[in-house]
Amino acid sequence: MTLNTLRAVLFLVFSVAVSNFGFAVQDNDDQDKEFNAKEMIMHHVKDGHEFHIVDWNNEPITIPLPIILFTDNGLTTFMSSAFHHDDSGVNIVEKNGERFVKYHEKIYQLNAGVDALAFDDEHHPTNAVLPLDFSITKNVFMMWVSVLVLLLIFISSARKYKKSNRFVPSGIASFMEPLVIFIRDEVAIPMIGEHKYRKYMPFLLSVFFFIWINNIFGLIPILNGANVSGNIAFTLSLALFTFVITLFSGNKNYWKHIFWMPGVPVPMKIFLMPIEIIGMFVKPFSLTIRLFANITAGHIIILSLMSLVFIFKSEFIAPVSVGFSLFIMIIEIVVVAIQAYIFTVLSALYIGTATAEDNH
Amino acid sequence: MTITGIAAIGAGIAVIGAGMGIGKIGESAMNAMARQPEIQGKLQTSALILAAFVEAVALFGVVASLIV
Amino acid sequence: MDLITPGFGLVFWSLITFFFLLVILKKFAWKPILGAIDERENGIKNALEAADKARMEMENLKADNERILNEARAEREAMMKEAREIKNKMVSDAKEEAQEQANKMIAQAQEAIANEKRSAMAELKNHVASLSIEIAEKVVREELSNKGKQLELVESMLSDAKLN
Repeated sequence: MTLNTLRAVLFLVFSVAVSNFGFAVQDNDDQDKEFNAKEMIMHHVKDGHEFHIVDWNNEPITIPLPIILFTDNGLTTFMSSAFHHDDSGVNIVEKNGERFVKYHEKIYQLNAGVDALAFDDEHHPTNAVLPLDFSITKNVFMMWVSVLVLLLIFISSARKYKKSNRFVPSGIASFMEPLVIFIRDEVAIPMIGEHKYRKYMPFLLSVFFFIWINNIFGLIPILNGANVSGNIAFTLSLALFTFVITLFSGNKNYWKHIFWMPGVPVPMKIFLMPIEIIGMFVKPFSLTIRLFANITAGHIIILSLMSLVFIFKSEFIAPVSVGFSLFIMIIEIVVVAIQAYIFTVLSALYIGTATAEDNH
Repeated sequence: MTITGIAAIGAGIAVIGAGMGIGKIGESAMNAMARQPEIQGKLQTSALILAAFVEAVALFGVVASLIV
Repeated sequence: MDLITPGFGLVFWSLITFFFLLVILKKFAWKPILGAIDERENGIKNALEAADKARMEMENLKADNERILNEARAEREAMMKEAREIKNKMVSDAKEEAQEQANKMIAQAQEAIANEKRSAMAELKNHVASLSIEIAEKVVREELSNKGKQLELVESMLSDAKLN
């Protein structure tokens, strides 16, 4: 068991190293200029319109993903392969009489009669507009993969229970059950309370496993082209769920504590009200930022360590950077679980404060 | 010095503060666990949550440096 | 700056995806799993309670048995004691009676012996008296036929009396 785990970890780490090498080399060859660590890292960390797997003979092998744009004239869809891997705004795609270019993973709609992007001093295009972009980006794609995996794991676990007549878990269910019980006994019951926790269990379990699996997918090489849980849009969405659930489950007592804090003098009540209202919004905001920053920071650190080889242009740095990224990688394996746990605990805590009975 | 450099220094200072804060939490949690090993689980949970709160403050600093 | 600007599209898809994930998992995974865990825990709790109850009952039963056994033992003891007492009493009674009887018999015997003795003595006395009278008659008749002899007799009788 231990040996196998160790092997799995080593495999994981070295394949990350190799895939990142490939990535870095590609940047170097394609653009035929100085290796830019920041560009490489940002390209990795940010969302993209195609799923880049590996480079083969200087030809990027990618999974084309659908692009869905909502322009003034309505819906426009085409595959991302139409851009031919161009990200510098040169390749123009014409569709329904509208012309689009992709520049730094953003899709611009060129103004009528313009053939190329023009930029201002800050490298912002001046003659194009950003249509509403509902594309299935690599993060959306990866998210759906993770959803499929989650559904597969948990629906088959649920089946195992149905099969056994005495509710004894077997197979994958016996692996998942301790986690489910952990969320129930260590998160939901202490934070929300014995009587009300049942209602929130599905949300807490879903959010925990959804974050965790996306965190893990972010660490797995090849799949780690997508950085789903390190994307602020993703974390914001989950935090919004917590926020909305907190608002809707808030009882009279909760609102009283926000708008008219009991037990303090009137001037204090007036003083506390805006603070409490701000606090209400800071909670989901901090959830968003914490998860996003932790996961992104992890990715940035690993990639930076790998980039050292290309920055120093010396193969002697390679053992050092591989060693360090191995170290960080092992820490990250722990961190991704802890971050999923913390998101869940804090969500439960916020829900718990919203539903707490007045007991003073 | 560019604005990016200043932002980086700011992020660094934020990290120092958070590091000290998390260090204090860890120290106290360890002390408490040594004194009362029977409530270790509870202490661990609270320590993690508190560390998460402190860390959030540092992350605000990091995010602020990312904005500029 | 780009990094921390949430993309509208991704927020949209994340919200929708998570919503459907939540709904589907709630219906097809969490409900059966949590239900099964609850059911099982309840089952275990009930089984433990039942076992506790059974053990209590067993203990009660055992205590009852013990009590009954003790009672029986005490009763037996009491009966034995009573029997022993009766026996002892009977034995002692019998002994006493026998003693009494014996004493009575002994006393009767003694009395009879004494009576016999007394009558025998009386008879003997009478006999001896008559015999002596007879003897004396004969002697006197014989002796008194001869003067010398009469004197001799008186003489010897006197010496005898002196010797006595």
